[in-house]
Amino acid sequence: MPVLQILTYPDDRLRQVSTPVLEFDDALERRIDDLEDTRLSGPGAVGIAAPQLGWFERVIIVDVAGRKKSSSHGHLVLVNPEITEWDGFTMGREGCLSVPDYTGNVVRAERIHLQALDPQGQPLGFDMEGFEARAVQHELDHLDGLLFLDRLVSRRQDLFARKSYK
Amino acid sequence: MSNWFMLTLVGRDRPGIVASVTSALFESGCHLGETSMLRLGDNFTIMMMVRDCGDEAALRGTLQPILEHLHLVLHVDAIDAVLHRRPVPDVCIIVHGADRAGIVSAVTSKAAAAGLNIVDLDSMVGGSEAAPIYVLQIEGVAAQGAEAIQTALEPLQAEGVKIDVRPIETFVG
Repeated sequence: MPVLQILTYPDDRLRQVSTPVLEFDDALERRIDDLEDTRLSGPGAVGIAAPQLGWFERVIIVDVAGRKKSSSHGHLVLVNPEITEWDGFTMGREGCLSVPDYTGNVVRAERIHLQALDPQGQPLGFDMEGFEARAVQHELDHLDGLLFLDRLVSRRQDLFARKSYK
Repeated sequence: MSNWFMLTLVGRDRPGIVASVTSALFESGCHLGETSMLRLGDNFTIMMMVRDCGDEAALRGTLQPILEHLHLVLHVDAIDAVLHRRPVPDVCIIVHGADRAGIVSAVTSKAAAAGLNIVDLDSMVGGSEAAPIYVLQIEGVAAQGAEAIQTALEPLQAEGVKIDVRPIETFVG
């Protein structure tokens, strides 16, 4: 399977909004295989989104099963994913295959409910939290032309600004 | 290879230092690499990687009027610089307790022996003047894992400092 070239910032194509997948056929499966092979070739990447390869359809892959301290649904290929519920906020460190050699703090929802389709077009639904929820939110941003750089918060400050109690 | 210098500027903080210094560097054709500024009390310091500034004498000449105007002290090192040489921290250590001498020394010595390479450290004295508290935040790379550091620091808890060792998980995708 070919490992495809990953678009890197500031490539304008990373800003493109991807369109929903309409055809669930062999061609889709082949492209998903390429996406997975490219993810596995990246340094420590636990997720990837189709537009990172210049494929502007709403497909992401996430697999945080290797993180022993995180709850996980294993290896997920998610087509036309949509977050339908959010709860809580948490700050965490993120990096990106499309932004090499930079990591930064990003605030994400702590828990989400996700709806998506599998590669055959069958509906999926997941309650996710923590690292897996972060992974999905990061990859879903790619589908909307957003990068974690757009959501950076201060490296040195806490999640919320210090309050003055008087 | 480019002729990189590391500049370190120290002085009393006031508005506009970074703008003045970087403008003078830019106008003389210097190129900035990575920079990091810190402020402690009223004191300012910044480290800046710069290149294409000529030799050290030329660089000092470029900045001399600003150093005099802003009362800054300049230190210059020629460096074998490379961008993209940033270790990614995988552990965060937060320490707090009543302020007393030796906390930083004890924590960092034990952590270093357990494999910690510190990449970021910040400590503050808070609380009241009568009962000051000390808060120390460290990020680093744990060569032997976060558990080794946790174990090494555990005995210090008996001395009245609260120590929290947390892995930093960096998501990449």
